[in-house]
Amino acid sequence: MDNIELKDTRSGFGAGLLELGKTNPNVVALCADLTGSLKMDAFQKQFPKRFFQVGIAEANMMGIAAGLTIGGKIPFTGTFANFSTGRVFDQIRQSIAYSGKNVKICASHAGITLGEDGATHQILEDIGLMKMLPGMTVINTCDYNQTKQATIAIANHEGPVYLRFGRPKVPNFTPKNQPFIIGKGIKLNNGNDVSIFATGHLVWEALEAAKKLKEKNISAEIINITTIKPLDKKIILDSVNKTKCVVTAEEHQKLGGLGASISQLLSEELPCPIEMIAVNDKFGESGKPNLLMKKYKLDSNNIIKACEKVLLRK
Amino acid sequence: MKIPELEKISSQVRRDIVRMVHAVQSGHPGGSLGCVEYLVALFFDKMTHNREFNMDGENEDLFFLSNGHISPVLYSVLARSGYFNIDELKTFRNIDSRLQGHPATKEKLPGIRIASGSLGQGLSVAIGACEAKKLNQDTKLVHCMCGDGELQEGQIWEALMYASAKKIDNLIMTVDLNKQQICGSTEEILSLGDLNKKITSFGWKLVEIKNGNDMKSVLNGLNSAIELTKKENPVCILLNTEMGYGVDFMMGSHEWHGIAPNDEQLKLALEQLDETLGDY
Repeated sequence: MDNIELKDTRSGFGAGLLELGKTNPNVVALCADLTGSLKMDAFQKQFPKRFFQVGIAEANMMGIAAGLTIGGKIPFTGTFANFSTGRVFDQIRQSIAYSGKNVKICASHAGITLGEDGATHQILEDIGLMKMLPGMTVINTCDYNQTKQATIAIANHEGPVYLRFGRPKVPNFTPKNQPFIIGKGIKLNNGNDVSIFATGHLVWEALEAAKKLKEKNISAEIINITTIKPLDKKIILDSVNKTKCVVTAEEHQKLGGLGASISQLLSEELPCPIEMIAVNDKFGESGKPNLLMKKYKLDSNNIIKACEKVLLRK
Repeated sequence: MKIPELEKISSQVRRDIVRMVHAVQSGHPGGSLGCVEYLVALFFDKMTHNREFNMDGENEDLFFLSNGHISPVLYSVLARSGYFNIDELKTFRNIDSRLQGHPATKEKLPGIRIASGSLGQGLSVAIGACEAKKLNQDTKLVHCMCGDGELQEGQIWEALMYASAKKIDNLIMTVDLNKQQICGSTEEILSLGDLNKKITSFGWKLVEIKNGNDMKSVLNGLNSAIELTKKENPVCILLNTEMGYGVDFMMGSHEWHGIAPNDEQLKLALEQLDETLGDY
């Protein structure tokens, strides 16, 4: 695990999209002037007729994507997460979600790890915005391999999907060809004392935390919540039935994120102490991604502290 | 279809509109009445379309209503042209109806391919459908109607720019130029300026229909617009209409944009509109 390869999740998206280009003639892609950032160049080069460069006009892009489904296409839109959601919420709501269109909204540079560009681009509200929309599937992948597999999987899912990934190079630790199953969490290890439900870049941090917790004789069960909506209730309830306490971890606002979804589920079905690792009602700022993760308490050390705290509340 | 027949249909569609809006005491009669000739000309004469509705609409002309609030005219024209039974017009805006206040796909009303109501979005969707037709080597056309007030939405101008830059030449966008919006005239709310110049400077071919409530003018204008398609440019029709046309007290003002006639007003309106095909 020490020499693990570092790769960006957005490149996993680009690789998945290219593969879809080869295997599914109905897949088309749209981009709002961020082809390089989204790693869509290879698709554009190989399938120029199925690639639509719309310019810096995200609202129009979402509408065109909705229209392309009328005629059987499976459009994948690509831009930063901020411009994929907040900027075009009403276009997604009316022309895609309410209209039930089979559009895949693929969003890079999500969260604070976008880094130096600062808070204008670091959306921490996108999961909340998207999960509120009826019928929208919301996926947040944790590494390159998983992002590639998720990209491929969503093409076969009928209905609108929000696929969230990021900019920085992060450990690529999930198995290379593990099929991605929408709506299924993935248990990464067995533990008895506390359940850690993590998503996106925080999954690796949770694994790091679990190693150090083990040294402290705390047995943490790590579950990668790849799909925030629909939530894998079974894997969550099975784990919490055993551990009786929970830490959630995500690169998103606490209000409206994964932690909120899990606490809602547990308050209805299995009340127990919960601590949430998330950004608490703040905008981000410029800086190196790893320093921002520390400053905003989104790293393994803070997951450890949250586990210790929640254990005391059991 | 001959002009007198299309005019007969138009009269019945107008009756449907005022009756639907009256029955539920809500909805948008003004813009609906103004667009009757245009929609009747499209659905009963100019478009090749399949009443056995399927969402993809391959090898048929498609119509998108971007200004969804004029749903009454669209619902009446769809029903009268055979997409669904005219009796269903009774359910307009009621609970459990497929005829939502603004067009929607969720209830699966035949003829509706996109939800609209929040303005400015339909032209982009129509462009997407044009791109799909091109990929599918489907030579049929896509029509999109927008309100003139709707052109105040920025997304429309994104779409206008895209359509000419990308040579979307299987598209006819029609602007219902009734010069009115909720709070007053477009001139006083936010002037559209010289729309002809603006749209042609965006690279579109343009046809102006001076009297959008005259069936002959509408048919001629549509013929000219269809002639201009498939020549590398998107085509726009500026359709001059009168809001409330056909019902004298609803004409000439923005007042009837979104209010329903009372019993007495309904009676007065129906006296001016011949029941040509039988009320629903």
